[in-house]
Amino acid sequence: MKLQTGTRLGLYAVLELAREPDRTLSAADLAERFGVSSHHLAKVLRTLSGAGLVRGGRGAAGGYRFTGNRRRITLMDIVALFEPAPGQRAKEPGEDTDIGATLQRVLLEVDEIAEATLRSISLETMLKPRR
Amino acid sequence: MVAIRPAQASDLPAISALDARLTGLDKPDYWRDMLAPDRHFLVAETDSGALLGFIAGEVRAWEFGQPAAGWVFAIQIDPKQRQRGVGSALFDALVARFKAKGVTRVRTLVDRKDHLILSFFRAQGMVAGPSLQLDMDVA
Repeated sequence: MKLQTGTRLGLYAVLELAREPDRTLSAADLAERFGVSSHHLAKVLRTLSGAGLVRGGRGAAGGYRFTGNRRRITLMDIVALFEPAPGQRAKEPGEDTDIGATLQRVLLEVDEIAEATLRSISLETMLKPRR
Repeated sequence: MVAIRPAQASDLPAISALDARLTGLDKPDYWRDMLAPDRHFLVAETDSGALLGFIAGEVRAWEFGQPAAGWVFAIQIDPKQRQRGVGSALFDALVARFKAKGVTRVRTLVDRKDHLILSFFRAQGMVAGPSLQLDMDVA
């Protein structure tokens, strides 16, 4: 499964901040940790902040802190902030044909399983050491 | 305190009632069959003996071509008693019994739209298994 870059950065940032909720990290800190552009990460952090998952960040040096509930927030909650919802996707050419419709049914099945998986994994579960 | 012990016939009314309240389906015969000797049926109760929840499972070998695994058939916790670790304690107790029978794998089937129970099993460390469940409407 391929996630858009913004989605992946959103997951990295939330998980890294949620790992130690008392800790503050700047966009630059997070960018360095994951080897990505801090400009792109700053944009992602603004989206996460708008959703109430993180707070903080005044300018490039401003730090962010995790403000969500680790047990309640799932990977799907973060993915949904960055990826278009399946129902809101624009119609692709050919979808109205019988082959297109059959293919759509298969892709929908794949999406449903992916969504169920992402929705079943809380940040708490992700960050828990494996037993 | 949560005490866990094997279910007995005298627990069946409370088990059936809890399950019927949560699922809207009354199936006393199904729960009575879970008392069979080859099944593992455990209850969690308070010090005063009030039912907090239950779990049921069985070791099955070569089901769908897979080597022996402990199957979790059902778990229910009184909604007022959740978030206290009762479900995890029941799950751990069942897994310990499966291990005592020599199995090294635990398995279950979950409705993929039931996020609550999916999250519970994920939190226990379960991940997608080797099988895909397929259905067909033959009505």
